[in-house]
Amino acid sequence: MANYAHPEVLVPTSWVAEHGKDPNVRVVEVDVDTKAYDEGHVPGAEAWAWTTQLCDTTVRDILSKQQFEKLMTESGITPDTTVVIYGDSNNWFAAWALWQMKIYGHKDVRLMDGGRKKWIAESRDLEKTANKPAPASEPYRASDPDLSLRAFLPEVQQAMKAGNSIMIDVRSPQEFTGEILAPPGLPETCQRGGHIPGAHNVPWGKACNDDGTFKSREELQSLYGAEGIDASKPAIAYCRIGERSSHTWFVLKYLLGVGNVKNYDGSWTEWGNLVGAPVEKGAAHKAGA
Amino acid sequence: MKPEDYSERTLEIEGWPVRLITYRLGEKWHTKADNVSPGANLARIEADSKEEAESRATERAKQLLSRTRRHEV
Repeated sequence: MANYAHPEVLVPTSWVAEHGKDPNVRVVEVDVDTKAYDEGHVPGAEAWAWTTQLCDTTVRDILSKQQFEKLMTESGITPDTTVVIYGDSNNWFAAWALWQMKIYGHKDVRLMDGGRKKWIAESRDLEKTANKPAPASEPYRASDPDLSLRAFLPEVQQAMKAGNSIMIDVRSPQEFTGEILAPPGLPETCQRGGHIPGAHNVPWGKACNDDGTFKSREELQSLYGAEGIDASKPAIAYCRIGERSSHTWFVLKYLLGVGNVKNYDGSWTEWGNLVGAPVEKGAAHKAGA
Repeated sequence: MKPEDYSERTLEIEGWPVRLITYRLGEKWHTKADNVSPGANLARIEADSKEEAESRATERAKQLLSRTRRHEV
């Protein structure tokens, strides 16, 4: 992991096995499938459900600062805690949780490389009892949201017109072209299929190896470089609801060191339902084409 | 408790790739089926045998995937 731009944001499964119960370490599981935790989890880990604990359940939004502070306090997390997040499907929703923690300024939050899949494939201990840590003795104080990490619709519309940011659609090629309106087997959640005009298509999962770990820096540079994405250009990642793109955001920001990269969490469920929004269908735009 | 007998394979159901991950925890077999890209969960089954767990997961995946519409591009 040493050659990533910010190797400190990743820990191997062996590190978690050794340090997961250290007093200043909190391990949290965040899964796509919120029932996975109940089947068995890393000893000592607690679970955050993305559908109820990592979003505002009334307004479509991420956690407010106040909601975030409440979650941290209830999880026994202080601003000095080392938080290690892992989950199923190559840390897909774990990255979503990490993105929110960075928005609210938590200093030391990391992903367990390979996530739940690698832990299980290595036949490491699983615990079935749900963990509920004691709340922190002092209320957690978060920073004001760092909006340099998040793109909203007006900024994306402006970036599309100006062409001054690389737009990265991280959904599958079939979603990108408009052949399907949602991942196979999931309900359709948009009125129109296709992608934001000018976007490049780099499916998020291409950043991972078969065992769920991240590819090497050189492989990632090659993958994203082929689409004209490098550390010198602003980038905006999007998907369907903003979770897959938080994974790509993590890769670009921390593994490749792209300084100006944002996650557009409104993503296709916003753009593809917007009256009058321009939509491009068909094959991917290629760098230099 | 340690997960054992981990296996992973990809098959095609209703024209879509589906990944089956199966392992044993104690006496029970667990199978997760996902849609490979992006890896969204289609089924999570616990059963007494590997065959039963994978069969039920495959059946559930088939139900969900049969609803996916392909549009003209």
